[in-house]
Amino acid sequence: MRPPIILESTTTFSSSSSSSSSSSSYSSCDRRLNTLARHLIDVNDQNQMASQNISPSPTASSNSVFAHLTRAPEDPILGVTVAYNKDPSPIKLNLGVGAYRTEEGKPLVLDVVRRVEQQLLNDVSRNKEYIPIVGLADFNKLSAKLIFGADSPAIQENRVTTVQGLSGTGSLRVGGEFLAKHYHQRIIYLPQPTWGNHPKIFTLAGLTVKTYRYYAPATRGLDFEGLLEDLGSASSGSVVLLHACAHNPTGVDPTLEQWEQIRQLIRSKSLLPFFDSAYQGFASGSLDADAQPIRLFVADGGELLAAQSYAKNMGLYGERVGALSIVSKSADVASLVESQLKLVIRPMYSSPPIHGASIVAAILKDRDLFNDWTIELKAMADRIISMRQQLFDALRARGTPGDWSHIIKQIGMFTFTGLNSEQVSFMTKEYHIYLTSDGRISMAGLSTKTVSHLADAIHAAVTRVA
Amino acid sequence: MGSSSVFSVASASLSLHDTNIKKNLNFGTNAFRFNNDGTNTFSNFKSSRRISMAVAVNVSRFEGIPMAPPDPILGVSEAFKADTNAVKLNLGVGAYRTEELQPYVLNVVKKAENLMLERGENKEYLPIEGLAAFNKATAELLLGADNPAIKQQRVATVQGLSGTGSLRLGAALIQRYFPGAKVLISNPTWGNHKNIFNDAGVPWSEYRYYDPKTVGLDFEGMIEDIKSAPEGTFVLLHGCAHNPTGIDPTPQQWEKIADLIQQKNHIPFFDVAYQGFASGSLDEDAASVRLFVARGMEVLVAQSYSKNLGLYAERVGAINVISSSPESATRVKSQLKRLARPMYSNPPVHGARIVANIVGDPVLFGEWKAEMEMMAGRIKTVRQELYDSISSKDKSGKDWSFILKQIGMFSFTGLNKNQSDNMTNKWHIYMTKDGRISLAGLSLAKCEYLADAIIDSYHNVS
Repeated sequence: MRPPIILESTTTFSSSSSSSSSSSSYSSCDRRLNTLARHLIDVNDQNQMASQNISPSPTASSNSVFAHLTRAPEDPILGVTVAYNKDPSPIKLNLGVGAYRTEEGKPLVLDVVRRVEQQLLNDVSRNKEYIPIVGLADFNKLSAKLIFGADSPAIQENRVTTVQGLSGTGSLRVGGEFLAKHYHQRIIYLPQPTWGNHPKIFTLAGLTVKTYRYYAPATRGLDFEGLLEDLGSASSGSVVLLHACAHNPTGVDPTLEQWEQIRQLIRSKSLLPFFDSAYQGFASGSLDADAQPIRLFVADGGELLAAQSYAKNMGLYGERVGALSIVSKSADVASLVESQLKLVIRPMYSSPPIHGASIVAAILKDRDLFNDWTIELKAMADRIISMRQQLFDALRARGTPGDWSHIIKQIGMFTFTGLNSEQVSFMTKEYHIYLTSDGRISMAGLSTKTVSHLADAIHAAVTRVA
Repeated sequence: MGSSSVFSVASASLSLHDTNIKKNLNFGTNAFRFNNDGTNTFSNFKSSRRISMAVAVNVSRFEGIPMAPPDPILGVSEAFKADTNAVKLNLGVGAYRTEELQPYVLNVVKKAENLMLERGENKEYLPIEGLAAFNKATAELLLGADNPAIKQQRVATVQGLSGTGSLRLGAALIQRYFPGAKVLISNPTWGNHKNIFNDAGVPWSEYRYYDPKTVGLDFEGMIEDIKSAPEGTFVLLHGCAHNPTGIDPTPQQWEKIADLIQQKNHIPFFDVAYQGFASGSLDEDAASVRLFVARGMEVLVAQSYSKNLGLYAERVGAINVISSSPESATRVKSQLKRLARPMYSNPPVHGARIVANIVGDPVLFGEWKAEMEMMAGRIKTVRQELYDSISSKDKSGKDWSFILKQIGMFSFTGLNKNQSDNMTNKWHIYMTKDGRISLAGLSLAKCEYLADAIIDSYHNVS
């Protein structure tokens, strides 16, 4: 494609030759003229001109310093929404991204969040000054209490370092970079499968990514034996990423008994647990219940990292609010850790954004707002649980071949349907249903009205596509 | 002083006792306090033997980590807060203050936020590249709405976390796609620039910039150092209101810099954190960037709305890459997204909406321009007052006119570290150790006091 002429209309051209060569006597007029000439000349001639030793100004794309960059594909998860948006079909359904939708299929801003935003706006004492590198102090304290429990010994002993992060992603990335700089073992084990962004986050953070078995396709449940074997043979000291609850994408969580075994194994091998907690309160509807696995680990006095996100449970997706907590052996170490976390954050984005964290802190610190939040949170979790039941019932009603009980056994926003990528493509093409190619559907995107459409699609996919 | 090359390595000394210790822990009141009735989750555990709690490390894995020093810039504010003296003055961080030395939220920002709440907009994830309306407005603000580069779709704009985050994305792009390429940064420069490139894994060197003898620009040195850098070096330039010196090249000097960069096939990387804050005019302050773009050069530009819209804590900015074709811009944008996704997935929506609402509405935009002029005007006034005060009090004949020649939020006083310490220890005036003071934090009322302090520190401390 020939680049268009980009000279300003006020340019005056010198009468000198258009094929000047030496750059040292290159006037700006010569350059402009040369540029103009280049644009008027066909691409074939450009090769000829190149051999005439014309000093390049980087205006033709063949001379671009970015010529060697390829076009990156759309992000596989976020790309689903991009594709969905392009689809003109009136019956299209977006079950891609894990963003909650109401029964009417609309995004939801929690009522308690709106109220707090109004309060914040009315508060004349507030300003937009830089917050500390580690974020808002009360936000950090309250987040730690939320995940570890208000009476957690680790908190009371000042062994917890919490920094505000850019939702889950940012908190994981800061944790990963911190480990790459300061931890002796740069291997991190991720469950197979895991959220698509995990391997990229940790690789760019400077860690080496390995996997441990997690999902058993045959049972659509946990491959517990495989998990224990793989973690058992991990190099001592390796980091292990654990989904605190509502595993993404499978929705398959260990039982508490299994968690206890995992904990023992991890501690016996000196592995370092790194929890990703993106769905606290969203899985079961109870904030405390969903935090049990993490609290199990904290209770044994050992060290761990935990990334928290408020994207889903407070519906603050676009505000990018989360936290990274590191539980250390002593208060002294916790303080060393904090100072070093700041050195990771400062060259990345200097300090985190104030808005979302202010909303969270206001809700967590006020008993009434907190209660209102838990009610709205439970309502969201309950609607999802009800969608699971409805989908399961709909498939049974259609006599769709296969055992679909995993739909009601799995937990959280997502269901790992077990559909393969051909079946997924089929569902998208024929039924305008958008989901990730691994067969993951976001239950949060379903409603009573759309369940039958989905059930029809699954039924068709299973019976007509291998 | 020639250019020096440093590529620092993250300090990671960690001695680790990796002993395996199995302990039988007592399930007393210390463990599992989450049930009110005194039971814990495992009281029903079917186990005939005591559960053995394997606590494998006796010692923290993080014990060998050194305590990091406080941030040299942000640490100043912390020290200021701790000072109880009534005459204390904070001239550390470049954050605008009113004459009453209060933080300032622009009226136009409050209006925008009220509008946003009234509209009841949702909080869905932004695309990885940020809010489209924001990106459009931002590129237009930087280059001018009718800039050919924009019309030709040669500008890739990705919303970033203010200036820092945008610089970091640019640095990550350089690291990945220009391996071995160096960045040339001014000596001195904003303290965080080096950290950003270090953490991104991009080597850097310095070009001479500040001349302590004239308290002005060492233009010869700057040109020499840019010239002697290997072809294809990225040159980090402050678009206007150089931080920390306040010393900007003249338009003629900018032309020469552009000539040289083109000759050497270097790539200019602008840091634009003060558009509107230098002269008071948004367009005038973008002149340097527009000059380069008008020549058809490929340019990176990191933009921040922290200062000019007072959105410091909202973390709003953008990385722009102006390249030679729309096709190239598309590819570059896609790769910037690929770098942003594993860093924070997508940028925060709140600040971006504020910007889009203001810049996108002619009335609000006009109001913003007026507030911008007011803020820049106050700084110019205070600058003049400080100069008047010092030159009338100082009988030594020293030429303090550099204060008036400098531009933007900061003034490079020329004070050395000891003298800067004296400012703090004796006079309770907080500033960075490189001699930089933030005029944004100065009121007319305090000019005399500051003048006395500067004169004292300059003459009586070495």
